[in-house]
Amino acid sequence: MIVVRLLMQTVVLALGQIWANKVRSMLTTLGIVIGVAAVVATVAAIEGLRGFVLAEFETFGATKVFIAGNVPQSKRGVMRWRDAALKIEELDAIERHAPSVTAITPHWFAASRVEYGQNAIESARVVGIRPQWHDIENRQVREGRPFNVLDEEQRRYALLINARAIEELNLPINPVGEYVLLAGRRFMIIGVVETLEISAMFGGGESRAEFFVPFSTAMILNPNAVISYALASMRSPQAAEDTRTEVDFVLRSMRGLDPEEDATFNVEIPQEYVDRFKALSAGLVAGAAGIVGISLLVGGIGIMNIMLVSVSERTREIGLRKAVGARPAVILVQFLTEAVVLCLMGGAVGIAIGQAIIVALKQIPNAPLEHASMPMWAVALAVGFCAVTGVVFGVFPAIKAARLDPIVALRHD
Amino acid sequence: MPLRKRSEPSPDTPAIRVRGLEKVYKMGVERVRALDGVDLDIARGEFVAIMGASGSGKSTLMNMLGCLDRPSAGEYELAGIPTRRMNAARLAKVRNERIGFIFQTFELLPRATAIQNVMLPMIYSRKHAFGARGRAKSALRRVGLGDRMRHRPNQLSGGQRQRVAIARALVNEPAILLADEPTGNLDSNTTTEIIRLFTDLHAEGQTIVIVTHEEEVAGYAQRIVRLRDGKVFSDGPTGEDALHLAYLQSMAGAAARRAGEGASA
Repeated sequence: MIVVRLLMQTVVLALGQIWANKVRSMLTTLGIVIGVAAVVATVAAIEGLRGFVLAEFETFGATKVFIAGNVPQSKRGVMRWRDAALKIEELDAIERHAPSVTAITPHWFAASRVEYGQNAIESARVVGIRPQWHDIENRQVREGRPFNVLDEEQRRYALLINARAIEELNLPINPVGEYVLLAGRRFMIIGVVETLEISAMFGGGESRAEFFVPFSTAMILNPNAVISYALASMRSPQAAEDTRTEVDFVLRSMRGLDPEEDATFNVEIPQEYVDRFKALSAGLVAGAAGIVGISLLVGGIGIMNIMLVSVSERTREIGLRKAVGARPAVILVQFLTEAVVLCLMGGAVGIAIGQAIIVALKQIPNAPLEHASMPMWAVALAVGFCAVTGVVFGVFPAIKAARLDPIVALRHD
Repeated sequence: MPLRKRSEPSPDTPAIRVRGLEKVYKMGVERVRALDGVDLDIARGEFVAIMGASGSGKSTLMNMLGCLDRPSAGEYELAGIPTRRMNAARLAKVRNERIGFIFQTFELLPRATAIQNVMLPMIYSRKHAFGARGRAKSALRRVGLGDRMRHRPNQLSGGQRQRVAIARALVNEPAILLADEPTGNLDSNTTTEIIRLFTDLHAEGQTIVIVTHEEEVAGYAQRIVRLRDGKVFSDGPTGEDALHLAYLQSMAGAAARRAGEGASA
């Protein structure tokens, strides 16, 4: 109770002192204001960029793995791309022997003519996939049903389409059960999958008509076609490294590659980019924190200087306060509070200015900063930093004040 | 459990009891004996003037009595409480609760109003944490400044400022009131005004110790203690103090001469 009362009085006193020396206090805290404003704006900008990039990566999903055949630089001209392509047996091997991989599907692509009644698309995007695709790709089947094992094993002429395809072929709103002609064969539409919005950053752009067929059926359409790439999912976003090692091991042993030899395949895990990007942005934030540390140090020295001035200006007052019963600890707390209040006010003004800078940044057209916002932790950190600065740089003047001999202080002029 | 129940001094315990008080200052290599074995008892309710030439040690004694400084040797009991072994914090508490200070230069906070100045000691007091404003108001009324509570020191006359300082000294109901040349910065009319206030307070039972070099001011005290070279040179009732009597005689003579001149003119 007494402590709270004393503290409140001390804060009021400190505010009074600061108010009495408005210009001086303002100039003193300028270093801290600028430092905090700069770091708040920088952190917010980095966070905004981070939010933007991560949102882009999110369209992939955090557990996806892309595997594709690849001719390494050392084998250009010796090896054909067709030979480097993945084989379905290799995919089966990965599914069996790589424990971190929970599902895998080949992607087989073709551009074929698709007809429905009077309407036709000349070179429609046809994708051959296995039923596992539904577990990997988070695309809901809105109408009808997804592919199942029977579609795959019995090589059914089953077809999944997206909404865009309905539009382009002028199909009924619920096209399940309708037949379309694809590469000259009759396929029955068994379901509609939602259209995937791939962000512009990865070349998706607008959505297009898609036609999915069972992979085995696709092999009938074109036995010579190769698997463009395989899409797999790993058991968790943290399993990226394990997945890479396991897939590498399985494919190397199947292809008879030495461990030193350049791989004839590629494993791409978007989550790894996300992790790397996160590390990078964390580094940037740490760098910004370092800069603010320096500016707070400079600002803190200013605070210490002004507090020393304040102590020597108010020596008589300190003497009087001691004479009427202020304990040394109370004087210490009083001057410390003043320094901390000064720093916190600087911090508050800095945060406000930083916020203004963020608002200004968001107005910049075409800059990916719409997500820029001040995270609460940055505010808390800035306030904490300021308080610590106040204590660190206020403690020396405060000790000086607390140690003043009341008689000497009262005689001071 | 008795809460901080200190053994309250019995009524016949002296307000101040000083035995063999010494204070030695080191000035470079030289050692200056500011106080050289002072014995002093001041009873409760006494009004004592401490006098002496500059360098006699009266200010040093004042600082000791006010617990602002510690003696090099000797004992000092304030209202029966020995202060010898107290640390800075304990001394601050004693100053806060048992001593009221009045300074020659008033020592008011320039930016604070009269009432805020009077409330200052209570900020640091546990005992008087509650009702501080009310106590400050009644202290200001007591010194005749009931209508000046919201004035700042620069809006007050010298006498009024000293009244504020006296109200501040009284507000924690101290065992002793210590005044160091309280009229040193005041003109003679205001001096009389302030010294009347002291005699009134004394009449109400307040123990007062006043350091002064003005015989006129000392004349209001019951007792005069004179210091010389850090020792008590004389100590007795005002009416028996030889120097004071001599002063009164010279004053009477001067008055008589003036009266004579007036008559002859």
